[in-house]
Formats: sequence, C-alpha cells, structure tokens
Amino acid sequence: MSLVIANGHVIDPASGLSKTGDVLIEDGSVKAIGENVEGDDRLDAAGCVVCPGLVDIHVHFREPGFESKETIATGGQAAARGGFTSVVTMPNTDPAIDNAGLVDFVKRRAREGSPIKVWPSACATKERAGKQMTEMAEIREAGAVAVTDDGSDIESAWVLRRVLEYAAMCGLPYLAHCEDASLMEGGAMNEGFMSTRLGLPGLPKAMEEIRIDRNCRLAALTNSHVHIQHVSSAGGVAICRQAKAAGLPITCETAPHYWTLTDEAVMTHGANAKMNPPLREAADVEAVKEGLADGTIDCIATDHAPHTVTEKDVEVQLAPFGIVGLETSLALVLTELVEPGIITLEYALALMTSRAADILNLPAGRLHEGGPADITVFDPAAEWTVDPAVFASLGRNTPFTGRTLRGQVKATICDGRVAYQA
Amino acid sequence: MSEVDTAGWTRKDLIGLEDLSRREIELILDTAPQFVEISKRESGIKKVPLLQGRLVVNWFFEPSTRTRASFELAAKRLSADTLAMSASTSSSTKGETLHDTLANIEAMHSDIVVIRHGHAGAARMLAERHSSQIINAGDGYHEHPTQGLLDAYTIREHVRKARRDPEAGLDGVRVAIIGDISYSRVARSNIWGLTKLGARVVVCGPSTLMPPGIEHMGCEATTDLREALSQADVVYVLRIQLERQQKALLPTLREYIRLFRVDRESLKAAPPHAIVMHPGPINRDIELASDVADGSRSVVLEQVSNGVAVRMAIMHLLVNSGKGWQKTED
Repeated sequence: MSLVIANGHVIDPASGLSKTGDVLIEDGSVKAIGENVEGDDRLDAAGCVVCPGLVDIHVHFREPGFESKETIATGGQAAARGGFTSVVTMPNTDPAIDNAGLVDFVKRRAREGSPIKVWPSACATKERAGKQMTEMAEIREAGAVAVTDDGSDIESAWVLRRVLEYAAMCGLPYLAHCEDASLMEGGAMNEGFMSTRLGLPGLPKAMEEIRIDRNCRLAALTNSHVHIQHVSSAGGVAICRQAKAAGLPITCETAPHYWTLTDEAVMTHGANAKMNPPLREAADVEAVKEGLADGTIDCIATDHAPHTVTEKDVEVQLAPFGIVGLETSLALVLTELVEPGIITLEYALALMTSRAADILNLPAGRLHEGGPADITVFDPAAEWTVDPAVFASLGRNTPFTGRTLRGQVKATICDGRVAYQA
Repeated sequence: MSEVDTAGWTRKDLIGLEDLSRREIELILDTAPQFVEISKRESGIKKVPLLQGRLVVNWFFEPSTRTRASFELAAKRLSADTLAMSASTSSSTKGETLHDTLANIEAMHSDIVVIRHGHAGAARMLAERHSSQIINAGDGYHEHPTQGLLDAYTIREHVRKARRDPEAGLDGVRVAIIGDISYSRVARSNIWGLTKLGARVVVCGPSTLMPPGIEHMGCEATTDLREALSQADVVYVLRIQLERQQKALLPTLREYIRLFRVDRESLKAAPPHAIVMHPGPINRDIELASDVADGSRSVVLEQVSNGVAVRMAIMHLLVNSGKGWQKTED
C-alpha cells in the first residue's frame, strides 16, 4: 500500500525545500517527492502545507503515577492532533523515571498506545532529589535521549557540575529547569503590578535569570551541552544570547504562551493561566519574540502539562502549575509569529521540526526521500476557535479557551501510518 | 424609617472596590446613615425587617472577631437568619472543594454568603459560578471591600464635620496608609476606594513590605514616615504581623517601631487636625502607641460602629435592588 499526499505546499526546513508537489509514502518511508506522483491512496493537500512531523522536546505525559491527568496513549493522541510525530517526555512522574527499567516502561507504553513517537528523557538524579546522579550509561542504552530533573533545578552547583560532566560522557544533553526556589515563597504568578493588584504572591523574574546564568556557567565549566527549558523573561533571553555569543554549549527553548500572553491572563483565566515559569509582562513577550527572530531561541516546545479539571478548579494559589499546549501550539505559531511577520513560515517550522530534533539528536524533523514518513499536513488559513472540550488530551487546562486561531492540522502521519486525520 | 432607596445598584456580589465605580461607592455610603440611626434608636429596638426570611451565611476560613461579629450583627439587625461556618467546622479540611461546599450551602437556600478566605481570588471564583450573592470579607492579600467602605464612610463623616458641610466628599483629602502594604488587603481596598472618591493616598512602609507597582494603583509610595504624614488629613495605621521578622522581612520589631510607629512624637509631623485610624486588632505600642490609639484623634471605635451600618447598607442593596444581574444569567 502506498499513499500520495497530493498538491500540497511541501516544506522541508532543513533542506530548504519549499514548493508545491506530491509526497509518496511507501512502507513507512518517503518514497518520492515530486509532481504527478501515483499511489494506491490519495490525500488531497491542496491549499495545505506538508511538512516534517512536528517535534516537541518538552511534554509531560504523567504516566506512571498521574494517569488521571494524562497517559502516554492520550498524550500521544493529543500530540498527533496537534501535528506532532515526535515528543520528548519529562521524567517527573511517580515513580520518577530514574533508571533504565522505567525508561523501558515508558517506551513500552508508547509502543502499546501512542500513535506517535515518544522519546523519553530520564532523571539526572535519583528520585529528582538533586543528590545522587542516575545510572546514565544504562539509561542511555535503554533509549533515553536526555537527562533532566525538570520541575525543579538541581540546587547544588557541585552536584550539577558532576551531572553535566557525567552526562556528557554518556552522550546525554542536560535539560535545565532554571529556578532559584529560595525566591519562590508560595508564588503563584509573575511578580509585578498584576500580582500586587490580584494580591497573589509573586515569582520574580530573577528566579529564572539567576539560574539560567548559573547553569550556563556550569555548561562552560564542564563543556557540556545544557539546554535551557522554557525561557520566559527578557533577562533570560538576554543571558542566553550572551552565553551563545561567548560560544558556550547551550541551547534554549520557549513555549507559545510566553509570546502570546502576559500576566494579565491570570485575571481572566485564573488557575488555567498558572504555570512555572509564569506568564510575564509585555516587555518580556517582546523579548521572547526578538529571541525567536534573531536565533537566540533554538526551538519551540510546549511544556504540555495536563492536570485534571478538579485540580485546577480551586483557588489560584492552591492550583498546580502547568497548562496543556500540544493542540494549540502550531496555530499559535502561525497566528502570532508567522502572520504578523515576526518569523517566516519556513523558519517557524524549522523551530518546530529539524532544529528541535537536532538539539537532542533525534532522527526526526526532516522530510526527504528515503527518510521516515513522519509528516504533518495543515491548512494555514483555516480558522478555528479553541474549545478544550474537544481536546484529545485528558487535560483541559488552557488559557486559550475561546481564542480564534488560524492554522489547523488536517493529517498527521507517523512512520507512514495515519496517526490523526481531521 | 423611610423607604431606603436601592436604585442604581445592579451587582450580584461585592468582591472588591477595584470593580466599583465612584457612583456605586457613593451609593453605599449614602445608604449607610439610615442604618447608623437604627443602631442608635432610643427605643432600643435595633431592628428592621428588610432581610426578613433571608439566610445570610458567614463562612470564615480565617480567625476573625470584629469582621465576623459585624456581619452577623448587620444581618440580624436586618432581621435575616444567620448561619456561621468556620474552617474548623466546614469541610475544607476533609478535601472538599470550595465550589462543592458552596453548592451544599446553596442547597439549603442561602441568599447572601459572606466569605473570608486566606487565598486571593476565592470570593470572585465562587461568585462567578454560583447564584448566591457573595460578599468578600477578605481574600488573601487581595481585597477587603467592606473594610474599605466603612473606612471611606468614617473619613467622609469627619470631613463633613470638620468642614461643616453635610455634602462634602473626599476630593482632595489626603490619606497616609502606614505599615505592611504588601500583605494587606485592607491597604488595597482602601487605595481603590479612596482614590475613586477623589482622595490622595500615600502608602508608607518598609521597602520589604512595599509591593511592586503599587503606585500604578493610583497612589504615591514612600518609606519616609514623616514625609507621608506631613500633609495627611487621615493617618491610617495597618496592623503589622509579628511574624514578619522571622521571614527576614524586618530585622526586629524594635527597628520597625523606630521607623514606622505612629506615636505622639511621629504624629507631630502630621497636621494637627489629622485623625488616626486602624482596622484592628491593634498591636498596642508596636504600630500604634497606646496614647494615640486611646487619644482624641483616634476614630478606631467609630470605624467599628460604622462597620455594622455600612454592612447593613451593602446587604440591603444586594438583596433589595432591582436584581438587574439576574437577567444575565441563564
């Protein structure tokens, strides 16, 4: 059986391909890219973009331990619905993914239930406690693509230094959640006029900036790859920019909510606008856009963090941090970055495909003859309104409810199989 | 008493003074005097049937003596039935959500629910979902609107007396709010309320207890007590939480007293006509010296008396207004 995706605008950011044509898929691979290609089945992609399957290197699928928030199966379905064919799961589950057996468990659950590829990351320290490093060589063999204690920073610089040295030896990048928790003090949103106005304890930007700076310096000291997660503040972007200019081995990501929303969203969306790091202010939103435009920010990730409706349906201060992102990410990129001309469509897709994959050396994010048939087809002009009730994710916690966006996924194909079709 | 006019009130709830217009605040203040009279009746019968048959639930998650008693008295003087629920007797410790608990209260047909809660936004969260009329009796550091209203009322009474003008408002009146601004819902409600009424507010406290961007609420900010007091018609002293020094927010209470206590000495910086207010309970001789608290410039107990009348006015407006808000519900 072969499938032709016909008459789409085929874009492969890595090779610079951007033209109208057909893509022929056979046996899970891309057989041909050209014109007037024949196949058994045909998917009309006229007016649509056909690009490599999107890659998200920062998601929380909550399994094992929190299956009422999300499972690897439902998370995979949400990813497919959002146009993603590869995701990197975070290890802050219960138990935390801190040994090879648990990495194997995640991979097995993905094989059994996820329509797209799940690349697990594993803990950098045992039980994410920041004390004793994990058996990274075996973890790598089991298939983990990075180590991280995401959800928290490693408090001790001494421990982090050794983690970075050891992870580099094992060929594993370190994903850094940058946060000085001693500044946290019950904080629930960005510290600023809005937190004063709402009477909520604040999370100052310095919490993230201090640790981005420290973690970059430890990357320099150890000459190890540190990937800075979820940069949210102007200061954070500036520190990453400087570190890169100095040639340090760092990369960084941001998430859609950091270029689309400010802390004012907490007033209207309450706990569904609560995440860590928090939504910042207008100047930070601008700085994140600048960082995306000038190449400081290497990729777009969602930090997809589902919680149950009940968990979020409480006082803002008591609600857990995190929002879902997989099913709105592409449209927020198209509507808020591409349409206003901040970055081109091709570059935006690079940030969501090849560039994201390259950070963790994933065999993903490219569309070329002979490569895996991981392909996303989306209509860049289709308008839709965000309604969490129809999400494939178990999570409904989004601050984008009711927002009208442009860009809708029509089909997601993973290894030649249709993982999602609208 | 004559028919009390409720025209012009259209809100279901009272969540914060940030939400209210000047006109709405003035409506509450103008409604209050009739209820002041009821509490002072020569007959001794301090009751009117305006809320007869209604159920007012006082739902307090934090310890409170004054506010709770004031709401209860206000409801009783309006002839409402009252039900008191405190955190220790409510289900909050059993893991029930706030929404569920309120739904259960409503199943017993409550009319007004007065809520005091430790977390900002609790009152609004409930008001947006439930049909009960919610009065916020303090939510975290966010707002304490009835305190702000009774304070505005008390200030207005004094301005009117001082100016011998029964119509005088707060335009141009200078109010200095002294103390822990960061963690104070009273400060926030007073800033919103008083500035909307035309008063000029300056907040003053240690830099560690001054929240970011406070001046965007329409007030000035200083850490110099004498500067704050220098033109004040009203000196509003906030309670300082004694545990602040444990959190490295203050070196010692001794130093706080040195810099920020309102006492006979520091009060010399203020004009002689300035009145002194405090929301209570007072830490005697810490934020406010006893001789000032008990002195002729203190209106602290008037605040408490006015509190009952202002809360009666609010409940009356909420329950007996045109209910325009019901049209927007489905």
